[in-house]
Amino acid sequence: MSTTLTTSAPAVCWACSAVLGGSALLCPNCGKVQLVPAADYFQVFALERALTLDTSTLEREFHRLSRRLHPDRFARATTEEQQWSLANTALLNDAYRTLRDPIQRTEYLLKLEGLKIGEEHAGKGKSADRQPPADLLEEVFELNMQLEEMRMNQKMGESDSVLLSDLNKAKNRFENLLAEVDTDLAAQGAEWDAGSSDVRQKAANTMATLLDRRRYLRNLLRGVNAVLSNPTA
Amino acid sequence: MPEERVVGIDLGTTNSLVAYMEGSQPVVIPGVDGSNLVPSIVALDPIDPASPSPSRATVTVGNSARRALIENPERAIYSVKRLMGRGLEDVQEELKLFPFLLAADIEPGEVLRIRLGEMQFTPPEISAYILRQLKRNAERYFGAPVTKAVITVPAYFNDAQRQATRDAGRMAGLDVLRLVNEPTAAALAYGLDRAKEGIIAVYDLGGGTFDISILKLDDGIFEVIATNGDTHLGGDDIDNLLLAVALDEIRNEHGVDLRQQPDAIQALRKAVIEAKITLSSEPSAKLDIELPDGDRYQREIPRDIYEQLIQPVIDRTAGPCRQAIADAGIKPEQIEELVLVGGSTRIPAVRTLVDQIFELSARGKKPHTELNPDEVVALGAAVQASILAGSSTTTDELLLLDVTPLSLGIEALGGVVARIIQRNSTIPASATEHFTTGVDGQTNVAIHVLQGERELAADCRSLARFDLKGIPPMPAGLPRIEVKFLIDANGILQVTAREQRSGLEAKIEVKPTYGLTDEQVETMILDSFDNAESDFEARQIIEARLEAETILAAVEKAPAHAAWQLISDQEKAAIEAARLHLEAIKPSDDLKAIRDATSALDKATQNFAEKMMDAAVSGAMRGKTMQTAGEELNTAEIHAPHVFAPAEFE
Repeated sequence: MSTTLTTSAPAVCWACSAVLGGSALLCPNCGKVQLVPAADYFQVFALERALTLDTSTLEREFHRLSRRLHPDRFARATTEEQQWSLANTALLNDAYRTLRDPIQRTEYLLKLEGLKIGEEHAGKGKSADRQPPADLLEEVFELNMQLEEMRMNQKMGESDSVLLSDLNKAKNRFENLLAEVDTDLAAQGAEWDAGSSDVRQKAANTMATLLDRRRYLRNLLRGVNAVLSNPTA
Repeated sequence: MPEERVVGIDLGTTNSLVAYMEGSQPVVIPGVDGSNLVPSIVALDPIDPASPSPSRATVTVGNSARRALIENPERAIYSVKRLMGRGLEDVQEELKLFPFLLAADIEPGEVLRIRLGEMQFTPPEISAYILRQLKRNAERYFGAPVTKAVITVPAYFNDAQRQATRDAGRMAGLDVLRLVNEPTAAALAYGLDRAKEGIIAVYDLGGGTFDISILKLDDGIFEVIATNGDTHLGGDDIDNLLLAVALDEIRNEHGVDLRQQPDAIQALRKAVIEAKITLSSEPSAKLDIELPDGDRYQREIPRDIYEQLIQPVIDRTAGPCRQAIADAGIKPEQIEELVLVGGSTRIPAVRTLVDQIFELSARGKKPHTELNPDEVVALGAAVQASILAGSSTTTDELLLLDVTPLSLGIEALGGVVARIIQRNSTIPASATEHFTTGVDGQTNVAIHVLQGERELAADCRSLARFDLKGIPPMPAGLPRIEVKFLIDANGILQVTAREQRSGLEAKIEVKPTYGLTDEQVETMILDSFDNAESDFEARQIIEARLEAETILAAVEKAPAHAAWQLISDQEKAAIEAARLHLEAIKPSDDLKAIRDATSALDKATQNFAEKMMDAAVSGAMRGKTMQTAGEELNTAEIHAPHVFAPAEFE
């Protein structure tokens, strides 16, 4: 999802002519709502691009800006101001929703940095998150066999306690792998935040791969959980 | 001139209310009959051939329309909220259970038309009559025109249902400043006088809809974190269940099938609703009705049997609750307070289920029921109205951040849904998508917008289909059309588009599914003269006369009542004098004089009205007057929102 906006940022406030910062949603001088400038989600919160951020500070800032920007505050304003308030609040909400979640935040930042994430780099072939990571090929193959057998059993109304226990073991194993990915992502994120441009490039590529792995593992686990939560299991 | 008041309206399935912020407290505005609840019933009066404009039907709303429901069922309608924003294929189940008469020639995708007598109305028009009544009640109360309102909708209402509600407001001459979700409104009403922090849940089971919302309260900010629900689940379903049981029993044991007799069904419905209300406080209830053949149908319903019967209906609220808790990413024990809203939450079995789901008594907690569950939504709407009007310092620091209840998506290749805005996203929310062409020189791209959580477009709710037109002819794949989807603070979708290579603004025609176009809404506006000051005064006089006639009619019947013997001759003489005075003044154009004479007669009859009430219901409702006594006798025992009063006096 991109939020490229086609309007250019006004240099000064329409109401009081104060000079505006790069991407002000509100005039810092008179507090009037401004025509949305081309702002990315980090700029909305006046943040540097970074992957580690304090979500409780983010929430406080979200509430502070909401109080001033929300359409409820403009019910008696001009139609134009109402429209700007609506557009700016939508941008603020989209930004908050994306930045507060570490995974969405990472995906968003990598896209801003020009990397292709998820379905976008699918091209004509199979997207990377649909293919099992090379190191897991064998395990995934075995798990899929077990899942298939379990589905057959469920259809026939049979139960196989060994199979069930194997599946639960596999589930734990892949859940642990998922947790590892999240830890790795956080570590790479910290590296990106602190690093020089070379380090950043490398960390970004690693994170893109980790995100693919993560998406693959999540889909796999969804399948396992669907089979395990089947009432006949 | 003081700024115009903005009112808050709860447009309910069974009852509707209007409220406003009086100083720092929201209050419900009563109708002429003194009752806070206006039953959501609309009836078409029989056409008087002598009327100067017989084509213009006279419509009555509320308690006075209630009678028509039994006497002329084909000229009255209730629970129309169930039909708002819905199409023919959506309502097949409702048609089996509700006596809605639809026009025979409705096409798929078209807005429904309901037959009332010789006329047809769309659901928004019926709702507009209810809204107009509330608007008039408020105008009468303020003595000034009211044109701006906040209207509540179930949180789980989709785009079409919201648009239909907004259209109804416009038809009633109201500028709808905001649609607010009902459970969120209830939270506002509760959160007003306490600076609460933490997570709360609102469980709202009304006449026809169920909502669950989970909110985070922080320094005056009410942030909804998850919502879920069912727009077709409520007290009506319990009524229908009891009704079906009774109908089966009458057919099997008396050999009479009442299913084709609307008036008998209405009478039976009234009886089962009374039984339902009784069962909220008593161990058993009794159905006792005369059948058309003169036999009596009598049925004892013990509470335990009743609870077994309705348990499946009540259990349907559990799934949405658990989903909302999961979506909020919390555990039940993190919910610090639970608010009960809607008349159906008076049912003990509902409270038991809520207690289990939210682990209340296990944590030494009780649900909040301090505010009347029938009124709390309207009170919250009044708070939101005050926030928007900026008219009260009490609400200055309050801000509601609500969410969209359903995911928004567009149909992609193969009929699958590509989700672009997830459910429970804070609104306003937006998403931008890019489209291109598949054929050289193609100038149109069709886009199908859907709402819902399912994977396939066919399983989701179609919101709109529209064409991006006027794309400059280019080789396939070259145009780059940017479409911006924005869900506004009302939960309603707006779409804008532009072709980026040519810089042309693409023309969008959004054809709402089951929605009315702006032009259609224009033609349905009830009173285009409503805002004019002179008309307002003329109407005030007409309404004052109607009010006078109501009380005069009641006073005329007074000597026939047993309580008449309980008042002194002096009082009788005073009543007669006041009656003659009002008769004399009524035809004049002096609004104040008519109103003064009406209240003089009302006052003169106060003691008699009390005697009458005492005779009827032991000791209830002192201080009522003649004017309100008649209606109150019929509505005094309301414990749940329902169409009928529990006991007929005569």
